[in-house]
Amino acid sequence: MPDVTRLALIGGIYSNYHALVATLDDISRRGSEATYFLGDLGAFGPYPDRVPELLIERGIAGIQGNYEESLAGGATDCNCGYTDPRDNVYAQISYDYTAERTSDAYKRWMGTLPRSMRFDIGGKRVLLSHGSPRRINEFLWRSTSPDPFLHRLCDEHAADVIVCTHTGLHWHKPLDRGRHIVNAGVIGRPANDGRTNVWYTMLTIGAEVEVEFIPIEYDHAALAREMRDEKLPEEFIETIETGWWTTCLESLPAKERASSRF
Amino acid sequence: MLSLDTVWFQVAGTLCNIACTHCFISCSPTNHAHEMMSFEEIVPRLEEARRLGVRDYYFTGGEPFMNRDMLRILDTTLQQGPATVLTNGMLLREETCRALSELIDRSEYSLDLRVSLDGFDRETHDAIRGEGVWDRVMTGLANLAAAGINPVITVTTAAEGVDTADGRAQFLDVIRSFGFTKPRLKVLSLFRIGAEESRTRAYESWERLTTEGMDGADMSVLQCSTSRMITSKGVYVCPILIDYEAARMGDTISETMKPFPLAYGACHTCWVDGVTCRT
Repeated sequence: MPDVTRLALIGGIYSNYHALVATLDDISRRGSEATYFLGDLGAFGPYPDRVPELLIERGIAGIQGNYEESLAGGATDCNCGYTDPRDNVYAQISYDYTAERTSDAYKRWMGTLPRSMRFDIGGKRVLLSHGSPRRINEFLWRSTSPDPFLHRLCDEHAADVIVCTHTGLHWHKPLDRGRHIVNAGVIGRPANDGRTNVWYTMLTIGAEVEVEFIPIEYDHAALAREMRDEKLPEEFIETIETGWWTTCLESLPAKERASSRF
Repeated sequence: MLSLDTVWFQVAGTLCNIACTHCFISCSPTNHAHEMMSFEEIVPRLEEARRLGVRDYYFTGGEPFMNRDMLRILDTTLQQGPATVLTNGMLLREETCRALSELIDRSEYSLDLRVSLDGFDRETHDAIRGEGVWDRVMTGLANLAAAGINPVITVTTAAEGVDTADGRAQFLDVIRSFGFTKPRLKVLSLFRIGAEESRTRAYESWERLTTEGMDGADMSVLQCSTSRMITSKGVYVCPILIDYEAARMGDTISETMKPFPLAYGACHTCWVDGVTCRT
């Protein structure tokens, strides 16, 4: 094993295969020992078979998100964990579109994905999860995940570095005792900051743990065009074009909502 | 109990500056069933909660801003985690809102204000909450808006039609008209206990859950599986059942981290309506 291990981590892809291609190219340029996806391959975007096709073709491993769990199990909804009725209306549109257009073979493949992955890298116990190590659809937001709670997750799940996604917003919190919590963000849609780029994460583990969030520009105009062709809601397209979330906002805590446009 | 994530404080006891006709614990200016909690009473429980790895903190009453220590309590809480205050909005004075805004800026964690309304307008609201209350809440909301604080407006299903798509859309417009460009709304189910028993009706005998009947069910939707409520009298199983002596589980949080029988009508509402007291 090299002295330094670099893991490229890809959060929710949401059928944004344009961003996936751009991300994988960027990872190749920078170099990494391994690349993993963290689940939620489908959602807002078009043509949901293209992401699994690409991941399988490139031999990229990863874990289930709530989307894969629902699709593989034939569930009637995405189990995204929203509590607001309007958020759930849009979540349902997204899920119905995705479920209808995901081939059975890919649904079966999604069912074979693990719920989590663990690595021991230079004595650091790294745990990849989707929502949180304890629940596939738990939202770990920066402003509502206090240190004592995060330490408890590390203790209960025997991990020094916990990686998650699911919220759509990336953040990193170093804790004492050399622990780290990393929300890898998503490449499926922008980070609700008025910019059209998306984000993936490079985790470098050597003597220290380093976390780099990498912005990815991609052909978001092409994605928006295809979403319109597929008659996906204009609200989803607006997010791709402006960088501001228009749906699934009600689960945002006060601090994250304060910096949101809507 | 699955995991202790949320700790509630009945920070104003059952003391309130109004007496709503649907209050599940019949709070009022004269109800001393649970007393106001001081900063000194709260600190040891906050320290215990931190040791236990609690995720978030909720403050309710009665009316939390009747508690003179409230800002100090929030300041301390926000150093260790996110906090939410459930308020009727009547005591949100300009200087209070400015102080809250400073707390928000200082903390890395979220502070949420939940302001209760009971209808789309003055008439329906005041019929439940008392004459003149709507106007005072409007002043409070204006002060929040001026301080740049965007509250969650909570409304109970006592407001007719609010739990439909149209009703929600209409209510969001009402919230916008108060000056909040990013309206946040949470609709709450009513519990048929306390004052609400006489406003509508009490639970029927069949409206009960049993622990035996819940085998294999997803218990995480029940408040008692992830939270506890602390009042001046001790630690209770959940925020709803504090009028029931049997729901008092101990003096410290640690003593209460064990199962509790789901024997109450309110347990039925919690389960059937999937009510979450959290925001």
